[in-house]
Formats: sequence, C-alpha cells, structure tokens
Amino acid sequence: MPWGQLIINGIALGSLYALTAFGIVLIYKTTDVLTFGQGELAMFSAFIAFTLLDRLKLPFPVAFVLTLVFALGLGAVVERVLMRRAQQGSILNSIIVTIGLALVLVGMAGFIWGYEVRPFPDPVTGPPFLFRVSPTQNLVLTQLSAVILAVTLVLMLLLFAFFRFSLVGIAMRAVAQNRVAARLMGIPVDRINALGWGVGAALGAVTGMLIAPTNSLFPNMMGDVAIKAYAGAVLGGITSLPGAVVGGLLLGIIDSVAGFQAPELRTTIAFTLLVIVLVIRPAGLLGRREIKKV
Amino acid sequence: MRQSLFPHPKSLLLVLAAALLPPLLGVIPGIPVGYVLYLVCLALIYAIVALGLNLLIGYAGQFSLGHAGFLAIGAYASAVLTQRFGWPFLLALPMAGLLTAAVGFLLGLPALRLSGPYLALVTLGFGLSIPQLVLWRGELTGGAGGLRDLPPASVLGLELRSESAYYYLVFLVIVALTLFARNVVQSHTGRAFIAIRDSEIAAQAMGVNLTRYKTTAFALSAFYAGVAGSLYAHLIRFISPESFTVILSVEFLTMIVVGGLGSVSGSIVGALFLTALPEVFARLPVLKDFKNLFIVVFGAVLILTILFFPRGLAGAWSTRTRPIPPPAEPAARPQEAV
Repeated sequence: MPWGQLIINGIALGSLYALTAFGIVLIYKTTDVLTFGQGELAMFSAFIAFTLLDRLKLPFPVAFVLTLVFALGLGAVVERVLMRRAQQGSILNSIIVTIGLALVLVGMAGFIWGYEVRPFPDPVTGPPFLFRVSPTQNLVLTQLSAVILAVTLVLMLLLFAFFRFSLVGIAMRAVAQNRVAARLMGIPVDRINALGWGVGAALGAVTGMLIAPTNSLFPNMMGDVAIKAYAGAVLGGITSLPGAVVGGLLLGIIDSVAGFQAPELRTTIAFTLLVIVLVIRPAGLLGRREIKKV
Repeated sequence: MRQSLFPHPKSLLLVLAAALLPPLLGVIPGIPVGYVLYLVCLALIYAIVALGLNLLIGYAGQFSLGHAGFLAIGAYASAVLTQRFGWPFLLALPMAGLLTAAVGFLLGLPALRLSGPYLALVTLGFGLSIPQLVLWRGELTGGAGGLRDLPPASVLGLELRSESAYYYLVFLVIVALTLFARNVVQSHTGRAFIAIRDSEIAAQAMGVNLTRYKTTAFALSAFYAGVAGSLYAHLIRFISPESFTVILSVEFLTMIVVGGLGSVSGSIVGALFLTALPEVFARLPVLKDFKNLFIVVFGAVLILTILFFPRGLAGAWSTRTRPIPPPAEPAARPQEAV
C-alpha cells in the first residue's frame, strides 16, 4: 500500500479519535474529571439515534437533532445525580463513578438492544473522493471520512471560540481553575458543571452517530476508539482542543502506518512513541505546564 | 515504638477465622467447596495486587492504569521459569516478584516528569503493550494459545494440588505481604510516600529524594503484582495474554477506591468485595434470567458505594483507618491553553 494511502487512512481513523477526544477534553476542562464514560455515552446515543431512524423511520436530520437533545439531557442528569456528589470526595472517586456509569450504559444497551453487531445507516452516500497522484495510482478518501474530518475541524473551531470568547465558556474555564473563587465571582458553579457534562455528552452523541456507520453498532463498539481518543487527547495536551485534533490525527497516522508495517506491535509502537513525546514534553504537544502554587 | 505483630485482637481473630475457612466451608451443606475456595484464592491474589497498587496510588500518590501488565509479567516469569527451566516454585515466586519490580522501577522513571492524566496514559500504554509483547515473543510465551499445564505449586517437595492446600499458600503470602505493607507505611519510606502524595514540592523542600522514592514506590508496587502473578499462574495453571487486559487494570483501581485509598485493610476488603459481587449477581435468580443485566447492577453498586462511602468500605466501618485528606482544590491553572 502506498504511503499516501496509509496516511490518508490514518487521518480518517485519527479524526474519529479526535472527535471522541473532544468530549473527554471538554469534561476535563470544565469539571477536572478524567471521564471513562465518554465512549459509552457516545455508544448509547448512537443506539438512541438508531432506534429513531430504524424503528420510527424518522429522517436523518430530525433523528440527529433529537439525539443531541437526548444526550444533552442525559449528560446533565449524570452530573446532577452522580458527579455532583462524587466530586465531594477525592478525584479518583469521580473517575470510578464514570467507570460505573460506563458499565451501566454498556449493560443497559446490551439489555435493551442486544449484543449483536448491527449496521448503522450511512448519513452520507456517494462515490469516494479520488486524488490522482500518478497515472497508475489514486488515493481514496471515502465521503464519510471527509465528512467526519470536516465535522471535527468545524467543532474544534466552534469550541475553541466558545471557550475563548463566550461568557459561558470563560465561566467553565474559571470553574475548572478554582471552584471556590468562581463561586465567589458569582458563577453558578453547579449549573456550569451540568452544562459541561451536557455538552460533553452531546459531543459524544455526534461522535457515536458518525462512528457507528464505520464501526457498526454494538455495545462495545467504542472500546478501542475511546482508549486511543484518550491517548490522543493526552498527547496533544489534555486541556487543549487543537491539541486533541493534532494528537488524535497523529495517533491515527501512527496507528495506520504501524498497523501496516508491524501489525502485531501496533499499540506498543504507538505508546512507545507517546512515552518519548511525553518525557520530552510532559504536558503534551500543545498543552502548557501547570503552574503549581505551594 | 515497638508494635506487636497484631496490634488489635480483632485482626488476630480475623486471621484465625480465615485460617479455619476451608474446614468451615466443608460443614455447610450444598456449596461447591472447591469452587468457592478457588474464587477466594483468586480474590486474595487480586488483593495482593491491590495492596501494592494502594501503596503506589493511596500512599505515594502516583497513578497506574497498567497493573495487569505487572501481573502478566509475574505470571509469565513464573510460568516460564518453572515450566521451561525447571525452577522450583519456591524460587520462581520471589524471582517473579523481583523481575517485575525491576520493570516497575523502569516504569517509574517517566513518572519523575509526569503526573495526573499524563502518567495515567503512560501506565495505560504499558498495560496495553505487555499482552502484545507476549504475542510477539510467541516461541517463549506460547503466543495467543498461552501456556498450558503449568507445573503445580510445590513447597519442599509437597505438591499443592487441592484448592484448600493452595488456599493456605496464598493465605500465608498475603499475611506476610500485609504485614510488610503495614511496616513500610509506618517507616520513613511510607512517610516519604505520603509527603510526596500531599505535595511534591513541599516534600522536596523537606529533603525527600523524589527520584528515589517515586521509583521505589513503583518497584514495590510491581513486586506485589509480580508475586501475585506467580500465584495466579500456578492457581489456574494456564495463562494467556487475554487474561491481562486493561479492564483488569481498571478493576484493580476500582478495588482500592471502593476498599479505601491509603488503607492497607481497604485493599483486601475491596478486592474481596469486587471479586465476589459479579459472581453473586450472575447467580441471583432474577438477574441471571436477563442476559448481562448483572453488569448494570454491578455498575450501579459501584457508583452507590462511592457516593455513600466516599472514603471506601474500610473507612466506613473502621474509625482507626487514617483518613485521607479532604480533596484539594484542583491546582490553579492560570495559564491554561484553550
């Protein structure tokens, strides 16, 4: 396989990682919790979308919007019922609660929809894009991959602008930095947290609906993607949204190339490179070092 | 101050009761003694890993999502040493621990520069890589098929083939390692761990050698997992890369948080609790009728335990357990990248 194609495949794969990483980064930025439930939130929302599309025969845009609304509500409920109480303990408590949440979501999806692998309707259909590099060779990028990449980049810009310029976005950063000080400045900390989880889950829903056509729909569909997304987010710097895209795409490319050259050591190679990067830049590629007060 | 081996009569009673477990189980009619003892052995082996992990996370404040990797190294070391090289089990057991400790020391080196999610990722990658390396070196490790028919554990020529004999072996090891952990925690090493956990900068200012104690914490924690791996290999007598997934690492983490961070007894309680729970749920009359509904209940119990016992099960019933400090406000991030 030509290198160009390997890299294009890597970018397609990496945009899935980047998209999943957004939710993780967003929740980490707003609530300081490293969530293990993001993949499962995405999977559950994808199942909701599937039900709307397949059982109720709704058109894709309607199902898409309804699923987003559902995810927004689900995220807010998760924050209100679980995370708000869990965050009173150590930070590890919150992490374990997200693991419990992941188990509950996987179990419920399996209970309601079963464990068989289902096809998920493709939101875009059409011939793949071909790039002619030489008279005998074309590089192929499917339309779905192109759409995922475009959505990833647009979401990154939107979220970046949201955190940089909007009042709510700035409030979210303030809450993550210092809860007490934020409250003293008049920020409704609880509502901001609930919003953070809601938006995080909605991002997960977008992810789920775009990944399900590629990976098919089943309760454990996000397992590997979620781990790689997390790795991508950390590689880029866990608080940085452009970092999540850079990290995710880079990891996708490494995955694709290493998977072709040495499939049996694919993950090992990816993580060895990661460790080297992190030892040189301990806060990720685009992250900035935390300044600690003593 | 000298402390007696068992400072509280309660813990002595507990040890005595545990020693009498196999004959007591035999008295109760209708339970499969062999299977229950096998599960108890497994739970105690996981408890050994949890003890080591709690030293690392609960005391030294360093994160790990890769302890299944250490368990795998211990298990494969012991299996290869006894099966391929004919080592006696009694020598392979400590050797597995020491080899794993050496790997733990190496993994501790990047930890000198990393913290929080970054350290978690490195350890996660370690945990993911070990099974791949096992598959890659198939001629030594048996590859995907794993290693079968491992020699049974034998102590001074006595083969421990029955579950109850093996139970006593695991039991002795865990008592020794618990006492060791308790002593480490109360020694200057333990105090250095706690100082690093509470504030690295302050600890360094007080003269705590970060390099030395962070790598010590990783090596010590890995030693526990390595010993546990050896016991695991000779309990099941079959190991394959699939037994050491990231899920297992996450389970170890869950055990110590549910049991109680920074608590020696909590590690054991958490391991027993989390090994028993799915077994019980999978057998409950209502739950077992619906496929995999017990996963939902398991997740829910996990969540409820954390919500209602934020200091873990050990913290809930024992006032003696040293309280973990209240959660610090997340460190200020004045110059956050957007």
